[in-house]
Amino acid sequence: MEGLDFIKACSAIGAGIAMIAGVGPGIGQGFAAGKGAEAVGRQPEAQSDIVRTMLLGAAVAETTGIYGLIVALILLFANPFF
Amino acid sequence: MEGPKIYGEIFGLTITQTVVNTWICMAIAIILCYLLTRNMKKIPGKAQVIAETLVTVMDNLVAQTMGKDKMKFAPYMLSLILFLAVSNTAGIYGLRSPTADLNCTIALALMTFFMTQFFGFKSKGVGGYLKSFLEPMPFLLPINIIGELANPVSLSFRLFGNLLGGGIIMALLYSALAGLIFFPVLIPIPFHFYFDIFSGLLQSFIFTMLSMVFISGAMD
Repeated sequence: MEGLDFIKACSAIGAGIAMIAGVGPGIGQGFAAGKGAEAVGRQPEAQSDIVRTMLLGAAVAETTGIYGLIVALILLFANPFF
Repeated sequence: MEGPKIYGEIFGLTITQTVVNTWICMAIAIILCYLLTRNMKKIPGKAQVIAETLVTVMDNLVAQTMGKDKMKFAPYMLSLILFLAVSNTAGIYGLRSPTADLNCTIALALMTFFMTQFFGFKSKGVGGYLKSFLEPMPFLLPINIIGELANPVSLSFRLFGNLLGGGIIMALLYSALAGLIFFPVLIPIPFHFYFDIFSGLLQSFIFTMLSMVFISGAMD
């Protein structure tokens, strides 16, 4: 295998591995949603506040997954080694 | 999904698709505001009710998140969320979303960053501003500086990654549907609803909300 082909193959595998980072936000957002459901069950009158806080927390928890996505995108489309 | 196309150059500035689409989104937002607020009366019509609701909701949000003494930020935040809402949902009417380009999101995040620093400086004074970097302990100074610099990075990358990821999934879906004979028109509708409307509006809300939290956090 030529050097460049090897780098391309490794970049594709690396992009796939980088997207494993998607597991973390999944767990975190699920946890936030579960706690939000609990809180609404306990205090249905505060639903709008709870939903707003939950969405904000879920979006912040998503950040690490987005970093993984950006690393994968850089490896595939903006690779400095190509 | 392709990167933004380059249309040409004016006075050494490159005009990309993002620049053009940003102007289109700004025009849509301005026309929307003009249509909603023209000939205002004491007894409001339909358009005026919508405009008043938007302003009231934003005022309440700012009062809740930033405190009653920082109401002067409400107009900026409403303009920010309006522009973001229009540009994040640009995928529905066939434009390449301007926020799916890192240049646009970094510009917006830098605005928040400099506002954070400026208003923190203004409300705390020189001593208080410099001292806030030495808290809770003086040797945490590098960590505090990195933490401040990480805010615009995470803000811009969150918006960019969400929008670009949504756009890539839509492009993959359309290329997969090209070989399909049955219902290629109906299938994208729920995906557009999620990636463009729900995710786009949620991300614009999140960006505005985090800007408010950062600025009010730096001020008190």
